[in-house]
Amino acid sequence: MLDSPGDLLTLPFADWVNGFVRGWLVPNFRPAFRAAQVPITLVLNGLDDFFNFLPWLVTTAAFGLAAWKWAGRGMAIFTLLGFAFIDMIGLWPQTMTTLAMIITSVLFCAVIGVPLGILSARSNLTWKIVRPVLDIMQTIPSFVYLVPIVMLFGVGMAPGIIATIIFAIPPIVRLTNLGIRNVRGDLIEAAQAFGSTGWQMLVDLQIPLAMRTIMAGLNQTLMLALSMVVIAALIGAGGLGLVVNTGLGRLDVGGATAGGVGIVILAIVLDRITQGLGEANRGETVSLRQVLFNLIRFRGTRTEKTETAARSAQ
Amino acid sequence: MAVKLSVENIYKIFGERTDAARDMLHEGKTKEEILEATGATVGVQDASFDVGEGEIFVVMGLSGSGKSTLVRMLNGLIAPTSGAIMIDGVDVANCTKDQLRRIRREKIAMVFQHFALFPHWSVADNAAYGLKVKGVRAPERREKALSALEQVGLSAWADSLPSELSGGMQQRVGLARALATGPEVLLMDEPFGALDPLIRREMQDELLTLQRSLKKTIIFITHDLNEALLLGDTIAIMKDGRFVQVGTAQEIVSNPADAYVAAFVADIDRGRVFTAEDVSNDPAPVKLGESSAEDAMRVMEDLNRNALYVVDEADKVAGVVTYQDLAAATLDEATPNPVLEEVMITEFPTADADQQLADLYGAASAGLPIAVTDDKDRLVGVVEPEAVFAQLSGEEPAAPEDSAAEPPSQTDTKESANA
Repeated sequence: MLDSPGDLLTLPFADWVNGFVRGWLVPNFRPAFRAAQVPITLVLNGLDDFFNFLPWLVTTAAFGLAAWKWAGRGMAIFTLLGFAFIDMIGLWPQTMTTLAMIITSVLFCAVIGVPLGILSARSNLTWKIVRPVLDIMQTIPSFVYLVPIVMLFGVGMAPGIIATIIFAIPPIVRLTNLGIRNVRGDLIEAAQAFGSTGWQMLVDLQIPLAMRTIMAGLNQTLMLALSMVVIAALIGAGGLGLVVNTGLGRLDVGGATAGGVGIVILAIVLDRITQGLGEANRGETVSLRQVLFNLIRFRGTRTEKTETAARSAQ
Repeated sequence: MAVKLSVENIYKIFGERTDAARDMLHEGKTKEEILEATGATVGVQDASFDVGEGEIFVVMGLSGSGKSTLVRMLNGLIAPTSGAIMIDGVDVANCTKDQLRRIRREKIAMVFQHFALFPHWSVADNAAYGLKVKGVRAPERREKALSALEQVGLSAWADSLPSELSGGMQQRVGLARALATGPEVLLMDEPFGALDPLIRREMQDELLTLQRSLKKTIIFITHDLNEALLLGDTIAIMKDGRFVQVGTAQEIVSNPADAYVAAFVADIDRGRVFTAEDVSNDPAPVKLGESSAEDAMRVMEDLNRNALYVVDEADKVAGVVTYQDLAAATLDEATPNPVLEEVMITEFPTADADQQLADLYGAASAGLPIAVTDDKDRLVGVVEPEAVFAQLSGEEPAAPEDSAAEPPSQTDTKESANA
């Protein structure tokens, strides 16, 4: 009698994966993967050096002003106090390293994710392929892909960033796709009727109108990247994640909590600023030009401030 | 009139099994039967028409009749299943993407039902969109966009956002955007359908005014028969993807092709479809100084009319004489041989040839025939009051020449005396 299919046939699935990764992927492609992390390392090191070089006062002032501009006065005060607290508990350098990692991850997520989202929106075939891949990326536990990442990329900051990118990229792809697909059909028709090329339609119409949704995706990606900080520290990424892990290993509740509080403060500040950035223009849409303009212009209207302040108070 | 756009036997069948659906169409099956059997939806079947240069061709039909599909095939937004659409010798239905893009940029512009303005651009940028697509440089683009906005009376709003404008104004921007590229053919897909009735009326009049100077070839889609009759030089009535009748407003109203068209026509305001010209008769004037009272009375008896217009040497209308007045004057001992000048009434109603019947009610109820004059005040026709009311009530106007001879009735006499 057959109790279960396992009595009849055992599949050495784990061996197959081992054979695939160790026997084929690693020996053949390790140099290629190593080379692929060069741009990540370059950006990361540049940002890390930059943030650690800036005096506390300058960084805090910059973030405080940004928070004031896009998230209201309350958020600006919170930024000021929060950053002061981080510095006083002695975690400022680690926080800056984490900030550099987050920005690097989000930058690469945007550079890869936005074009991928645009492609997915313009071709149903692409979306049919991309969508299940994103589903897998979002459901597979991140610990599972830490091992092959270490095998292919080694340990350190850059592999940590790569793990973060895999974890954090789905929202920006999805929301870029969604934003572009949601552009009103009659506007697309109008663009076609006047003889625009696909590229003209993308630049004049689709990206500007999808910008608000794309910014929401960027915010989501940023939050996911922050939540990956501790896990990435397991494979050698430093910063606040390392502080938490060290505390965990030593059963040092205080140390782990200190690291955790640092992450939370950073998360709140970054979240509110990026949210405010996406919604800064109360019109129907936010164009890239407007977002960039907002980035360099430190002057907001009163209604925006009070509105965002009201929202952050909720 | 040169043919600008020629559509030959176009079909649009949505779905997979279009060949099977077409075969069934030829067997005379209905849309529903075909949908059930093949899963294909018939959008447009076997439509053919020519539109002359500077003509307004209106396609009128209810929702689902295929009119929007039809207009979208004309600029390639929807590819026809079969058939040809010729614009200046190029077949839009079977040309390359580059050719199609060139035609869209140079020759055809479109106005949309829900305006389809880009919400993130100013009014001027919206109006300049077609030029931007063509690669026109910014300063020239703005200049042309502003002059297009000027045409539709919106130059003051050039730097506003579309969301700051009312519906009617937004559609003006849509029209300016279409006009800015200087197209030869305008496709208008229910452009006034989303507007309030008053604004719609205003826009219709404005379109006609603009068209007088622009002379574009316009394909206008509507579900409103009154709008179709007002705007269209030629009107096509569409049902289930097929043209059921093509003709002028007068042809359609006075001679509906089938019960479907007749049902539509029953509700329309005939006074706004027909003009003085449609009901006017040969003026048969009498001339001052040439014709005598007896001559005039004889002509009236021959034509069975009770009044005739009197013209001077230059064919200008001088007045109107009625049978009763002439008869009374002749019987009067004092004036045994009356002269026309003495009995003619110099206060008489006049109308232009293209004046709508709705404007003639008042004049017609006075009882006197209405003088139809040209722009130099010359008499070109006469409208009998009965003809106006006969046309309005939908009966064939009985031409006085044809009807049995009948002396002027008693009621007419009273009315003439009052007038």
